Amino acid sequence: MNMPDLAKLIFGRLTLEAIPYHEPILIGTFVAVAIGGLALLALITKHKLWGYLWREWFTSIDHKKIGIMYVVLGIVMLLRGFSDALLMRAQQAVAFNGNPGFLPPHHYDQIFTAHGVIMIFFVAMPLVTGLMNYVVPLQIGARDVAFPFLNNFSFWMTVAGSMLVMASLFVGEFARTGWLAYPPLSGLAQSPDVGVDYYIWSLQVAGVGTTLSGINLIATIVKMRAPGMSMMKMPIFTWTSLCTNVLIVAAFPVLTAVLVLLSLDRYVGTNFFTNDFGGNAMMYVNLIWIWGHPEVYILVLPVFGVFSEVTSTFSRKRLFGYASMVYATVVITVLSYLVWLHHFFTMGSGASVNSFFGITTMIISIPTGAKIFNWLFTMYRGRIKFDVPMLWTVGFMVTFVIGGMTGVMLAVPPADFLLHNSLFLIAHFHNVIIGGVIFGLFAGINYWFPKAFGYRLDEFWGKCCFWFWLVGFWVAFMPLYVLGFMGVTRRMNHFEDPSLQIWFQIAAFGAFLIALGIGSFLIQLWVSYKRRDELRDVTGDPWHGRTLEWSTSSPPPAYNFAFTPVIHDTDAWWDMKERNAGRRVDGYLPIHMPKNTGAGIILAGFAFVFGFAMIWHMFLVAGLTFAALLVTAIGHTFNYKRDYHIPADVVARTEAARTEELAAHV
Amino acid sequence: MKMLRGLLIPALALLLSGCDAVLLSPSGDIARQQRDLIVISVVLMLIVIIPVIYMIVAFAWKYRESNKAAHAEYDPDWNHSTVLELLIWSAPLLIIIALGAITWTSTHKLDPYRPVEQISQGRAVVPGSKPLVVEVVALDWKWLFLYPEQGIATVNEMAAPVDRPIEFHITASSVMNAFFVPSLAGMIYAMPGMETKLNAVMNKPGDFEGISANYSGAGFSDMHFRFHSLSDADFDAWVAKARASGGQLGREDYLKLEQPSEKEPVRYYGTVAPGLYNAILNRCVEANRMCMSDMMALDAQGGQGVVGAYNVTSLDAATRARVGLADAGKRYVGALCVASGAGGQRLTPAGRPL
Repeated sequence: MNMPDLAKLIFGRLTLEAIPYHEPILIGTFVAVAIGGLALLALITKHKLWGYLWREWFTSIDHKKIGIMYVVLGIVMLLRGFSDALLMRAQQAVAFNGNPGFLPPHHYDQIFTAHGVIMIFFVAMPLVTGLMNYVVPLQIGARDVAFPFLNNFSFWMTVAGSMLVMASLFVGEFARTGWLAYPPLSGLAQSPDVGVDYYIWSLQVAGVGTTLSGINLIATIVKMRAPGMSMMKMPIFTWTSLCTNVLIVAAFPVLTAVLVLLSLDRYVGTNFFTNDFGGNAMMYVNLIWIWGHPEVYILVLPVFGVFSEVTSTFSRKRLFGYASMVYATVVITVLSYLVWLHHFFTMGSGASVNSFFGITTMIISIPTGAKIFNWLFTMYRGRIKFDVPMLWTVGFMVTFVIGGMTGVMLAVPPADFLLHNSLFLIAHFHNVIIGGVIFGLFAGINYWFPKAFGYRLDEFWGKCCFWFWLVGFWVAFMPLYVLGFMGVTRRMNHFEDPSLQIWFQIAAFGAFLIALGIGSFLIQLWVSYKRRDELRDVTGDPWHGRTLEWSTSSPPPAYNFAFTPVIHDTDAWWDMKERNAGRRVDGYLPIHMPKNTGAGIILAGFAFVFGFAMIWHMFLVAGLTFAALLVTAIGHTFNYKRDYHIPADVVARTEAARTEELAAHV
Repeated sequence: MKMLRGLLIPALALLLSGCDAVLLSPSGDIARQQRDLIVISVVLMLIVIIPVIYMIVAFAWKYRESNKAAHAEYDPDWNHSTVLELLIWSAPLLIIIALGAITWTSTHKLDPYRPVEQISQGRAVVPGSKPLVVEVVALDWKWLFLYPEQGIATVNEMAAPVDRPIEFHITASSVMNAFFVPSLAGMIYAMPGMETKLNAVMNKPGDFEGISANYSGAGFSDMHFRFHSLSDADFDAWVAKARASGGQLGREDYLKLEQPSEKEPVRYYGTVAPGLYNAILNRCVEANRMCMSDMMALDAQGGQGVVGAYNVTSLDAATRARVGLADAGKRYVGALCVASGAGGQRLTPAGRPL
């Protein structure tokens, strides 16, 4: 075998040409990332943190630590996804009057694709999953999730997926197809390079993690609730998490299947979605939206839960209409499967089909409206404390109502014929995703941060973050609504009509304000860490919470609850406080806990290499890593050292320390 | 206050200039009706939205902790009211029922496949009159318009007489686009191997913009065209100009035109190969290629068996050279005719033995 053949066998189509030397923006980014990364690695090495990170975090199966790692991943990827947004806003603000801007289509098209993919899959999803992972077991009085190892594995698969997206920045390129990669554009004939393959494999690898974590949380919520917690006594956040995970388990396999079909088209020459040989691209569009629409609710339902918890806690009042809140959530869950076609009314379906999907879409606004009213009447006759989480909640309510209205406008098919694919649509879904999901995530992070780290987040920078985001959102996206009415469509690289430019400049300024908001958030984390002693939460219940997580110390011990609580009320912890239920301080038993394992990170590492090898047609490497993946997975089933007991005296010491601390601060 | 006014006036002026937007002041009857729907749905929803926003702000302000006056009302356990719950479910329900009814009727009335019934408000279409048929093909990255009645074709420019209903037949060559003339009517996707239709009518003369409203790759941003709305006489003159241009759009010219290109200038073709649009739609412009319509007819009869499985070909070298294509190009199903080899054995058009 001669050298080129050997190189091809090992490296597939990967050559040195794949590194984008000629793109100054990318080289600059690469240098910055490399320097930053090396500095981080050096710091970790200098402080001898590798062992600590490996033992305490990477191999941890503690749902709390995994939850925190998910959130960290989400924040890191937010920085990437948002830099893409800034680049796009800047490009569209300058590319007028024959000025091509600084991003040629080849680069720009990758950026808007990556922005969508990253923000949905690697920002919103990890942040939402992180909150659910951290909070749900605590809210239901459980010691961990149902399948702790699977939880760790799911997290690392998500990381592997996001690393594949990041790798596409510096090795090869990302898809130039838009975030849903519609064929025929994403087919082999139109996109023969590696971009779409990066897209497919990063989503497939991360999708395994998402599906498994969905199964895990369903099992946890269904089987591991504390005694007395019937379904109708579950906290609302747990309810919305349950519905979200049902959606995940039902929807993500569809995404996996449709991406498998697309890969078959690209790798083995089938013709599911090609133009010739009987392929039909409309099938892809249907299938991907059968996943895609529930995905929207996968993101927004948990934050509806966050808002419910926050509103009732900070209004210091029971949630208004608990039962109708639950039914509204369930109705949304079911309906979210009956609306997917509203994403392509303009694809030529008949009037009856379009009307059906338009009307089902409008029907969703009824339970959503009921939720808004329930939060309203929770505030009514309350005593509202405007801490940072509550600010986000009120900001959300006002913003989201407008987003909901524009959504219903788009649900009227003939109106959608005018507005489809326009910047109006872009403004609409950012209105609900930023105004809903992102605001909710910030509310949740500010709300549960003291629980996770033992100190509150700094109030001043929290408020800066909120106001910059709120004002920034309106300034960035109102112009897009207007531009939509001016008939401007999405994904444009440059423009001819100079009268549009002012709106894009305003929008770019809005994006700059949001950048200040993100900056404030990072400063908030740093300042809070510096002031952690002043902000310390010793009671474990800094907001006078209502649900069980606030009954534990901040941060909670590894085993969460020394004794499994018994539940009598929806607001279990509020109820216990009202009745002066004492903390039991003796009679501890050894606690059975799952044991850390490195199998998750190793498996995900193999999955990353497998995905990378498939992208570059390195089939030998792909085969070997796939075999290694199977062997490791099977090997791990023979690992019988899965659990251990925390001895009773360790529990006793931990709880005694908490008793002392509580006594000192009453 | 003065500063505030200084800020407000430009902001207001900007908003008003936004109201001038094309979707809000359309020139075609279909777009006008679609615009009216947007307005109606907004007004209907504002019935709920405005009180809700008012209540959010009012409750948040009134029940703030520092407002001692409201403390007397504080009721930490108040969490249910049957009347209120009925109200919060039924008020949105009623509005959605109203909006749903409007949706059902308007979606059927404004179905793009349905021939237009009125030229503009109060002016019905003359019975028996035929609409102008325009066949639209989205190419990489330009628009081809074929006028079967007039026997002409144009690239990146189209024209139609004012107040005459137009029936668009829309398809594409390689990827999805969306055909959109914002001032005329809503958009509809242009998809390869498929045909969508759009019925519309333009009520004002003028020069309007048309775009692709679905991202289709690198040249997408420049994939726009002009829509000239002309008086009958001017339209005839426009057709005559195209005829006189001398351009010919044969099948091979089309194969050349179909190749990806950006910022194409306007072009006119005085003659068009017969059946070209149907060949494009059925993906059989190449001479040795089977039309999808034939393939589907065969499949409906039970298919071709082994013949179908091997009957794959691509554009022959001579045509490729004439058209100026470098690579062997895509493979596709060859036309179903069986050739005889030198030894009398039967061959597919691609030269493979059967």
